[in-house]
Amino acid sequence: MTGPLNDVRVLDLTQHIAGPYATKLFADYGADVIKIERPGGDPSRRLGPYKGGEPHPEKSGTFFYFNTNKRSVVLDLKDERGREAFWRLLESADLVVESFRPGVMDDLGIGFDAIHERRANVPLVSITNFGQVSPYRDYKGSDLVLYAFAGEMFSTGLLEREPVKMYGTAALVQSGSAAATALMGALMAGRYQGVGQHVDFSIADSHLVGVDRRHATVMGYQYSGRKSLRSPGAAIGMLNGVFPCQDGWVDLQGGGPRFTNAREFLGYPDWMEDTKWDDPAIQMNPEAIEEFNAFFYVWLLEHTKREIWEAARKVRFLCGPLFTIDEVFEDENFRARGFWELAEHEELGQVEIPGRPFLMSETPWELRRPAPLLGEHTAEVLGEAGYDAGAINELASAGVAEVR
Amino acid sequence: MANQPLEGVRILDLGGVWAGTFSTVLLADLGAEVLKQENQFVWQPNTRAVPGPRIPAAMTQAGAGWITGLPNSDPGESPWNYHPMFVSLYRNKRSFTLDIRQPEGREILGRLAAMSDAVLENSAVGTMEKLGISYEWLREQRDDIIFLRAPGYGVTGEYASARTMGAHLEGTMGHQILRGYEGLDPNSNSGIFAADYIAATQIALAIMMAIWHRNNTGKGQFIEMAQAENAAAMFAQAYMNYSLTGEVEGAIGNRSIYAADGQAPSGVYPCLSPGGADTGDDRWIAITVTSNPTWEALRTVMGDPEWAQAPELATAAGRAASQDLLDEKLAEWTAGFEDEDLFARLQAAGVAAAPVLEASRVLDDPHVQARNLYIPQELQDDIGIYRYPRPVYDFPESEGGIRRPPVAFGQDNDYVYRELLGMSDEECARLEAEGHIATAFSETL
Repeated sequence: MTGPLNDVRVLDLTQHIAGPYATKLFADYGADVIKIERPGGDPSRRLGPYKGGEPHPEKSGTFFYFNTNKRSVVLDLKDERGREAFWRLLESADLVVESFRPGVMDDLGIGFDAIHERRANVPLVSITNFGQVSPYRDYKGSDLVLYAFAGEMFSTGLLEREPVKMYGTAALVQSGSAAATALMGALMAGRYQGVGQHVDFSIADSHLVGVDRRHATVMGYQYSGRKSLRSPGAAIGMLNGVFPCQDGWVDLQGGGPRFTNAREFLGYPDWMEDTKWDDPAIQMNPEAIEEFNAFFYVWLLEHTKREIWEAARKVRFLCGPLFTIDEVFEDENFRARGFWELAEHEELGQVEIPGRPFLMSETPWELRRPAPLLGEHTAEVLGEAGYDAGAINELASAGVAEVR
Repeated sequence: MANQPLEGVRILDLGGVWAGTFSTVLLADLGAEVLKQENQFVWQPNTRAVPGPRIPAAMTQAGAGWITGLPNSDPGESPWNYHPMFVSLYRNKRSFTLDIRQPEGREILGRLAAMSDAVLENSAVGTMEKLGISYEWLREQRDDIIFLRAPGYGVTGEYASARTMGAHLEGTMGHQILRGYEGLDPNSNSGIFAADYIAATQIALAIMMAIWHRNNTGKGQFIEMAQAENAAAMFAQAYMNYSLTGEVEGAIGNRSIYAADGQAPSGVYPCLSPGGADTGDDRWIAITVTSNPTWEALRTVMGDPEWAQAPELATAAGRAASQDLLDEKLAEWTAGFEDEDLFARLQAAGVAAAPVLEASRVLDDPHVQARNLYIPQELQDDIGIYRYPRPVYDFPESEGGIRRPPVAFGQDNDYVYRELLGMSDEECARLEAEGHIATAFSETL
């Protein structure tokens, strides 16, 4: 069995995080993604974490995760011969994806018009910070900067502190995931309607009109004239909030109508025998909340996050333990479900990585190969495109292609 | 509807909350006909409004705009049709009502499934089982059907029974420990819907991939997404770090995980503000130096102050080791500028920077205007004209944009019952009397 996209070939000119995540999803589900790297490689090869701690372009954990199942071809597209190779590869491609600054593809002579002239039904998806047409089109971005401008960062964090972002490159990964739907749409219009088109995907837009609470705060302000501010601090109600426990923290929502199960959740403690806890209004009473929490916090410290979550599952409270990363790795449920995947890599050895994002019964996710070494497939891919060994050597010795 | 990628595709949408509801916006934006099944007797939390179908008037007159900000601060007759948290998740869809708990409701659902390419749901495990909706049953309606289920932890395993929102399962996967202010406890974190959103994009993606496969082979399939597992990609570097080095990461605020690779300073710094945080008038600029050259550029924009000339700051390692100093000095410098002014100056010099944009400023932003990201719409309910978000992407050769404004509860009952199912006036009247056809949530809720 192979992935659903096993008849799809993608020319992938994306770099960094968002674009490579979109094309990783394609590669992981069967597409032949030919990653065309510039001489020296995707700059994300120079982002940690690194095996052994020392920077090395073949030991980057970031590059590894976002580039599984792809083939790496190194071509200098600034050279006429490099572009000629690109055109040869285009002959068998179904989709082209790029993430250069707007205008770079045209400057290189491989922009949409040139692609369209050669392959009218092959779409080009451009994934950029602010899109192809915008007063900000040449602006630089980062996960922080794009989330600040376009996501709902302003109301995230504490009122008396600066707004605060999500982890690492989470915002870019969300955008890359949304971009994958644009890739799929472009591919379908190409195949089913014979329409090749240039799809302009802006990372900023994916947050401005899509993700998280941004559209909600914009609509809320329009409707009511009221802004959405950061919170002055954690509001802790009865069984509602993020609570400390014996070995860490749990996120719990057991209040409101669910509170009727509180006694069972807490193991029928003596202090809850009083019928006053049956009155739903008591959850709004600050003194009662204080009284409740005086007992509850003691109970929390006597229980681990796993015990609390197990109790919460039995009474159908919304709950999640705040696992640390090592705890996620060790968790038996995710192991038993086959979430982790063991990859073998020439430089990294055996590496365990998060596996399939969803399970498909007929066309499963599959780790066919680890992230490629730089130029690992240059000779193979150019060979498939009709270059003989002599021609490939010529390109390599001229510095137009890098062959590993 | 020319050249829509999903032209001719029909999706039967049994989804809810953010993940399911946003996933079908994406499919609808790409041209699919999305039939959202609703039920006047079943209130799905966090799907059309909070806290419930009847919102006390007093609740709409104060509080955060995104939670309580209804049009004209009035709940009106049907707040579920225009609640700010959810209204943007209903464009380009059709809504019909059907009580699928009743035997005839299930039978009608089966007839609609037979006309649909894919069915999706993301409720807690047990809900579909109770309704008697399974992949096997759906295949009896249509052999090549695609069925996607996306409960929090999947349909198998120790956690399958867990009740969870996206926020909780992000915590399980590590995000609450990984995000937020350095040195503060995770109970200072705000609620975010990152996991819901990424799940939504991949529910849409998985269904499109399955349609691709079906068109190639004639075979449908069953797709299972554990939203927790799906969220992991957002924390990939932390997983890779543990896998490669054994390091367990924690929260570092707005600093970059790539500080050692040259991405420092990185932070959010105060600017001249027309007011305080308590009125949402505090202004901030986000800045990320991404390399040695952009550090040089930042120095130039700052007028190359003496502190910035320290030779150790010229290297990635040196800046990574000096982040406290860099943050302090940058905050002193930015405090003398307006955010828009710094935005322009820093970007002109090639430094990644932007204001932390407060929502009331979004519609006036030149980028938002140039790209027509929010477009005036009238809804079925007479609440006035407001600007609603358009699809994330436009396909220039395909008809796109907002084909239908956010749909009201039950707005397409006629389309579904008369046009699709071919029912008569008498049948529709009976189904209305039996509770299937409705345009408002039941007073009993």
